[in-house]
Amino acid sequence: MSDIPGDLKYAKSHEWMRQGEDGIVTVGISDHAQASLGELVYVELPEVGSELSPGDACAVVESVKAASDVYSPVEGVVTEVNEALADQPELVNEQPYDNGWIMRLSDVNKDDVAELLDAEAYQATLEED
Amino acid sequence: MPFNPHTDEDVREMLAVIGVDEIEQLFDEIPQSLRIDGLQSVPPMATEMEITRVMQERARQDGSKLSFIGAGAYEHHIPAAIWQITTRGEFYSAYTPYQAEASQGTLQLIYEYQTMMCELTAMDVSNASMYDGASAVAEAALMAVRANRKSKSRRLLVAGTLNPRYREVIANITKGQGLALEQLPCCMEAGNTIPESLQRYAGEDFAALIIPQPNFFGVLEDVDALTDWAHANNALTIAVVNPVALAVLEAPGNWGEKGADIVCGEGQPLGVPLSSGGPYFGFLASRQVFVRQMPGRIAGRTVDLDGKPGFTLTLQAREQHIRRSRATSNICTNQGLLVTAATIYMSMLGAEGLKRVALTSVARTAQLVEALTAVDGIETVFSGPHFHEAVLRLDRPVQQVLDELAHRGIFGGYDLHRYYPELGHALLVCATETKTESDIKTCADTFRAIMADARVA
Repeated sequence: MSDIPGDLKYAKSHEWMRQGEDGIVTVGISDHAQASLGELVYVELPEVGSELSPGDACAVVESVKAASDVYSPVEGVVTEVNEALADQPELVNEQPYDNGWIMRLSDVNKDDVAELLDAEAYQATLEED
Repeated sequence: MPFNPHTDEDVREMLAVIGVDEIEQLFDEIPQSLRIDGLQSVPPMATEMEITRVMQERARQDGSKLSFIGAGAYEHHIPAAIWQITTRGEFYSAYTPYQAEASQGTLQLIYEYQTMMCELTAMDVSNASMYDGASAVAEAALMAVRANRKSKSRRLLVAGTLNPRYREVIANITKGQGLALEQLPCCMEAGNTIPESLQRYAGEDFAALIIPQPNFFGVLEDVDALTDWAHANNALTIAVVNPVALAVLEAPGNWGEKGADIVCGEGQPLGVPLSSGGPYFGFLASRQVFVRQMPGRIAGRTVDLDGKPGFTLTLQAREQHIRRSRATSNICTNQGLLVTAATIYMSMLGAEGLKRVALTSVARTAQLVEALTAVDGIETVFSGPHFHEAVLRLDRPVQQVLDELAHRGIFGGYDLHRYYPELGHALLVCATETKTESDIKTCADTFRAIMADARVA
């Protein structure tokens, strides 16, 4: 049973998003996603300043035998990336909702946020799989 | 491994299981318009004895001409031991096996090859090789576009002095991915790229600058200035080099302030014979930061469960069997057997041997140029420093002279007219360590005799 915090929003493609009070959102991949990938050996981070649309492939998480794209859940501009992942990609496995975050976005499109799933709905998509 | 063809009965049984009468029905979905009945241009069957006779006759037509052609493939002495070892059963396979549990020897050899290429180029990481020099440059261009995250343009600057066939292959391979190539002019006096000619592109967005060293004319480029210009303009530097020349020239990793980013080229000079254009092999190496964008196989050294050293493919998440359509390349492979020869060649010669090959080739080419320019109607073209090739200008069309030389047992060089008509009757010549002073004299004497003959005008 994977961990799905109730205070986050989720995309069907297994990214999570946390809204900060300053309008900046933080994005990572879900516990379910990290568990499916297995031990990560590399995370290719997006470029700060890139303008993303929902569904844009913006990062890559790579395990020993697979590499998967991470999609931006919303429209926004990359303001910060988790540089710690360069040396410690395993943070995504160990703390997917915390120190394993991937990027922060500003200028987020509110309509896109409204389209995302809450924890219950995301849980339901996992059960369908 | 035994090869067991299917008998007619095997085939009948299999077809019966799937409920089909004849094999042809399996191909029903291919429209008649796309089918070819019979192979018109293939002659009827011949016996082994007949084929052997044909091959021997054709081999005799090749003869053993004295060759002064370079232009991308070079005749070097290959010690007999190299192909003796390369063709041992343990190495001799049409396909390169990679299973770590079964192929430690092959994987170690690739690892040693990569290490040697990194030492030659002063790069951090090399792949296991590519098809040939031209496709390696095209892959380097695609890699640079992926790796240069400051650039969004998919445009590259290419020296006009890069081997024209490489330029054609780059254009051919990259056009489907929307890359655009901008060609830099060549200085007609020096025969290389003038760094100042880049100024008109300052501030524009280019993913990379492709620099040959030596260039197609054998002339050395001002690689330090070109590399620094590229980096100052947020472009990566792709070095296209002759590996033998690296024994005496500065390694690309040390060019300019920061060094080249990707190094590639044709590996044929390292122990691979001239053979009607191939098979040869390409090499590609880069700085560590770009390794995730590198195409092709990479062998790595590791330890097994017992802590013993071993070799295995690594960083495979870049590759097509894992990453499918988003792999770093879906059109490359490793030329295992040729890399085996190159690795043994480099091991046998060592750094000192390779340096002697390079220096002797430079000296022989200087002698050749001196001997040929002493002939009436032949002059040098470029003033820039050169490696083991040089451009000469004749007072009449080059091809006629080359044809006449060939009749007299000499391949006199490469006619530049097709790619560089602006150079006039220009001929690219090359002499490696395989040419003796007597060969050079023979060549010059034959040129003199032909040039003096009014019929070849």
